[in-house]
Formats: sequence, C-alpha cells, structure tokens
Amino acid sequence: MSKRRNLPVLNTENAPTQPARQTGEFHPGLQLTADHDLCPGCGEPIALRILLECIESLGLAERSIGVIGIGCYTALTSMIDVDLIQALHGRAPSVATGAKRMRPENLLFTLQGDGDMVNEGLQEVLHTAARGENVTCILLNNGVFGETGGHMTATTVLGQRTKNTIDGRDADYHGHPILIADLIAQLGGTGYAARGSVHDAPSIQRTRNLVLRAFENQMRGDGFSFVEILTMCPTGWFIPTPEGPDYLNEVLAPVHKLGELKSGGVHAPTESES
Amino acid sequence: MSVVSRGTVRIATERCKGCELCIPACKPNVLQMSTKRNGLGLPYPELLPGCTGCNACLMVCPDFCFEVYRYDEATLHDLDGEVGGHVGEKELSP
Repeated sequence: MSKRRNLPVLNTENAPTQPARQTGEFHPGLQLTADHDLCPGCGEPIALRILLECIESLGLAERSIGVIGIGCYTALTSMIDVDLIQALHGRAPSVATGAKRMRPENLLFTLQGDGDMVNEGLQEVLHTAARGENVTCILLNNGVFGETGGHMTATTVLGQRTKNTIDGRDADYHGHPILIADLIAQLGGTGYAARGSVHDAPSIQRTRNLVLRAFENQMRGDGFSFVEILTMCPTGWFIPTPEGPDYLNEVLAPVHKLGELKSGGVHAPTESES
Repeated sequence: MSVVSRGTVRIATERCKGCELCIPACKPNVLQMSTKRNGLGLPYPELLPGCTGCNACLMVCPDFCFEVYRYDEATLHDLDGEVGGHVGEKELSP
C-alpha cells in the first residue's frame, strides 16, 4: 500500500459541480456494462477498452464482426456491443477468414489468448497470415493458460514460473518460447505486425495506435494484420497483484520485444540494425 | 500550503477490486489506497489534491472505476488548518 500523506481526501462520489469538461468515461460506449468477474490486476479488460475505443474512433461499430477464442477474455463477450462469433478453441482466424470472404466490407477481428492462438490453434493463424487474408488477429499474451489454472503455454518465457514449471521454464525440458508476432511478421501475406503492452499508461497509448494501424491496414485491403498485446496475469504468475506491471516489463517484455515489426508489408528495422 | 487541481476523477469505489495499478500510474502521485473497505471487503483508491486530469488512472484500471474531468479553471486547495477533512475549495482569481 502506498505511503499515506498528510493531505485531505477529496470527494469523488459525484461529478464535479464546478465547470469542467469530461475527458474520460468509466467504460467505452461500445461496452454495455463495467462489471466483470476477471481477477484483480488482470490486463485483459484494459486491452478490451483499447479494442473498443479503436473500433469506435474509426466509426466501424456497425460494420465490425469479432471472432472470439476460448480464454478468460471470453467472459467479457457479454459486455461487448459489437457482433461476435464464438469460435472453437484456436480456430478463430479460420472463422474470421470465412466471414471476411462473405462480407469483405466488414471489419473482421479475432480476440484470442496465447493458449488459444499459439498452443491450440497455431496452424490456423499461420496459414491465415500466409494466405494474406484481410483480417486482424489480436492476441492477448500473458504467457499462461489463465482460465484453466495458470500453466505454461508456448509463449511462456524461459525462467518464468507457472503452475507446471514451478522452478521456471527450462529450455532443455520444456522447449523454447514461440515469439509469435516475429514469426507472423516473416510471412509474405502479413501486411502489419506489431507487439504492444498494457503495463503502464504510455504503453497503453502506444498499443492503441498499433491496433488503429492494424485496422486501417485491413480496411485498405493490405493483407493480414496482427497485434500482440502483452497483458498481466498476477494470479497465474503467482505474484502480488500490484507487481504485475513490473513483472511484465522485466520478464516478458525483454523476450517478447515491444514495437512495430512490419508495416505496409515492410519489416521494421530491428534494435540491432537501427 | 496550497495545491492546484487542474482536474478531478469520479471513482466507482464499489466496483474496485483493490489491485492498486492506479497508484503508480498516477504521475502527480495524488491517489492513495483507502484504509476503509468497500462492499467487496477491499481497499479502494482515494483522491488527494493535485489531480491534472491526465486519464492515466482510467487507462490502467482493469475494473473501469474512473471517470475523468478537466476543470475549465484550475482549483486552488488552501490546505492550512484543513488537514484530515474535506477542503474548502476556492476559485483561482483570473
């Protein structure tokens, strides 16, 4: 808990009575309610806000179709005021391919976790990217199967402690993590690939811009677009809730490097090249 | 001592799950966790004078507990002799 200071606590129950401009609402207009059952400190509702605000700002709410994978975020779908299709575990990119081909004027996005996309349905997303389908896949990557108890996924970084890697992921025994955004950026059909994070306000702002660019890439018809968003899962990481953002920044982000990997079909220079 | 607030927040304390992500996110450092508990039995953030209305708390909150306002005119909190309660607020003279 933060150190208490000798300052008075202000009343924050109601809107201010003096002239003021509202600069932020409790939840985006495309979100029906604010109440959800996800754990304290979870990064997925933060990513949901980014996603819905981007759809709203592009004016595509009535033309958007989301395809949802299986994970904790699936519990958020009853809050979303956008047309949605529930896919089988890992199959969202293929369902989105079908929907986009039938309705090319619509914005098609998938919302998937790392367990859903990289473990259960790796071939779906790779083939969709390689075919250059005009859909946007959004990956919420926390490095664990959060919904089923916090065990290791294919994106869990080396040394990361999960329910079945108690002493940390060991390359000799558990293999190496798949850096999915880097992998997708290598494919010819990919027009846009980027990796963002929700561990602090500047990263959230940057991630919002990445999602906007991915959607714009799709609406231009420039091929497959992909945004990976690193999210906190303090429950699955077995750490105190307030330490989630720092853990993400210090453990996950150095391996799953943040930034744009490909834009307009052209690879971004890597850190060593730039 | 006096502190200027350029904005304020409305906090839905009953929805808060006490994750404390907003505390380090607040750059002016004007949020602190309460000693009281909400209906869920959890501490929640409280606002101290000095808010800039920057929206950082709103962005990082996973439970949609913040609504942010920016004052048309900054408010001066005169803190002398007022410590511990709600302050009287007076407008900054133009």
